[in-house]
Amino acid sequence: MAVSLPQRPAPANAPRNASRRRADGSTKKWYSSVVARVVLVVISLAFLAPLYWMVASALKSDEELAAFPPTLWPRELHWENFSAAVQSMPFFTFFRNTVVVTALSVVFSVVSNFIVAYGFSCLRWPGRDKVFYVVIATLFIPFPITLIPMFDLYAKLGWINTWAPLVVPSMFASAFYVFLIRQFLLQFPRDVLDAASIDGANAWRTLWFVVFPHARPALATVAIFAAVGSWNDFMGPLLYLQDQDVQTLSIGIQAYTMTASTEDFQYNQLMAVSFLVIVPLVVLFFVFQRYFIRGTTVGSFK
Amino acid sequence: MSTTTDPPRVAREDHLSVRRHRRPPLSARDRRRLWTGLAFVSPWIVGVCVFVVYPIVYSFVISLTRYSGMNSPEFVGFTNYLSAAVDPLVSTSIGNTLLYAVVAVPCSLVVALIVAIAMNQDLREVRWYRTALYIPSLVPTFALGFIFIVFVNPQFGFVNQAMRIFGAEDVNLLGDPQTIKFVIVAMAQLAAGNAAIIFLAGLRAVPPTLYEAARVDGAGPVRQFLSITLPLISPVILFNLITGISSALQIFTEGYVVSAGVSDAIGGPDNGTLFYMLYVYRNAFSYASLGYASALAFLLFVVGVALSALVYVLSKRFVNYDLDAG
Repeated sequence: MAVSLPQRPAPANAPRNASRRRADGSTKKWYSSVVARVVLVVISLAFLAPLYWMVASALKSDEELAAFPPTLWPRELHWENFSAAVQSMPFFTFFRNTVVVTALSVVFSVVSNFIVAYGFSCLRWPGRDKVFYVVIATLFIPFPITLIPMFDLYAKLGWINTWAPLVVPSMFASAFYVFLIRQFLLQFPRDVLDAASIDGANAWRTLWFVVFPHARPALATVAIFAAVGSWNDFMGPLLYLQDQDVQTLSIGIQAYTMTASTEDFQYNQLMAVSFLVIVPLVVLFFVFQRYFIRGTTVGSFK
Repeated sequence: MSTTTDPPRVAREDHLSVRRHRRPPLSARDRRRLWTGLAFVSPWIVGVCVFVVYPIVYSFVISLTRYSGMNSPEFVGFTNYLSAAVDPLVSTSIGNTLLYAVVAVPCSLVVALIVAIAMNQDLREVRWYRTALYIPSLVPTFALGFIFIVFVNPQFGFVNQAMRIFGAEDVNLLGDPQTIKFVIVAMAQLAAGNAAIIFLAGLRAVPPTLYEAARVDGAGPVRQFLSITLPLISPVILFNLITGISSALQIFTEGYVVSAGVSDAIGGPDNGTLFYMLYVYRNAFSYASLGYASALAFLLFVVGVALSALVYVLSKRFVNYDLDAG
């Protein structure tokens, strides 16, 4: 249930207990750990306060939410706010749409990035590393430049109000994921690849039957990043999904609550659906946390 | 893609050897390898053409036209850029974005570093603190926007309640075009967990022997932090700085969601959250001025690339890569 860091092999010259040392290296005094604990608890509470307020507000009655000053803990727990919230809008349609878009993006991202990363790591071909510099350079292209051209293109293709603009781009590999998988595949033993080649396996068979079984940790990281990115995407659905039938949670909830007349605007229900949006992400995190952390840290080291 | 590994070899080799005889010739084997390699990376090649090269070229071309998406583009030269120079809302949105970036980027670095140091404490229950500090960065930006609309609400929010304890007057932080920007800065800090994880990996890569040597020489904790920790994690600081600047310049969802929830207009109140990208969005999709919006987007593109390059060049002087080498 708690964050642990991926185990990295200690450098040869570092003492074995490197991870247990104190940051400042000083010897412990009896009060120092008390002070540290107080500070840590305070910082942690500050970070969790908005989330706590979300849950508390979601469970308050309309009257209690409107009461002034606000209560810190709901006097009565109104669980029915959750059922009222999901019935007040096509929540399950939004939810299903989000799951489908996320699942498609994950599958396409994993397959396309794996194939491309394999081409940049396990295969040897003239100019490979020069081309890879171009991949890295595209990491620094500010994304907003693509907004209007892609919208115009998708509009001409008739893709507005379909999921294609959110899903199709993941079929074409993205620089960050390619980089992430490539870093992993570069450690794959050369001998094994050569043996596969001698045994008559071509590059395509080697990719799926030799490399794939060993690449799973890196692919899991990409899958999780793609899933979170797709689940959290707001701008894409905002631009391309105008019909309620195809909207995802992000734009669906936003459009429903913010454009509804203010009298119908129930903040406790907004907090209830926000909670429901976050729960799958938190579950995903606790199940796959080491992949989350590996994916976050890989970019910072060349 | 599966068909690429068995090309008609003889025919292709003959064809190439005729056309490329001036270059030092690739051996037949290398040529085969080249084609196989290119076949495997072809999804990326298509992707970079469609999603990078085409948009950049298109944006520049369309930025020289008047175009609504329906008509055929009408060439107007640099009119759109000249209009941008005198458009008061362009200055407003640049001002909002710069103010946000200047406050949020340094804040985020400091907060993330503090969180990373907190996550690195040698305490038995440190995993719980790590979890508590990381969980908020899982919350999608749009949901965080919803939460802050309620959390900072003057009537039923937590923040005003807390401020009253310290004797502050009741103010609607979301109703003022200046304070709402600081609310969004504070909101961004909740996602410090991601940058903190990167810092944490950096902190743990510093060899403990350096701290031991410094202690023997009589350096206190502050001196150790300034003279050992900071220089050695400078590559990680650079990484977080570049990603921080670029995402601050592109800030969109925060402004959209929060302003839609608390004011009549997207970008409100009083254009206080009209960030640059929101203004691009407004021109493109509310006013259907795709030409003008493309000019604005192209300017942001140029500035973004230039800033990344500048930070990278400056970093050569201040960033210490000794750890990477070892």
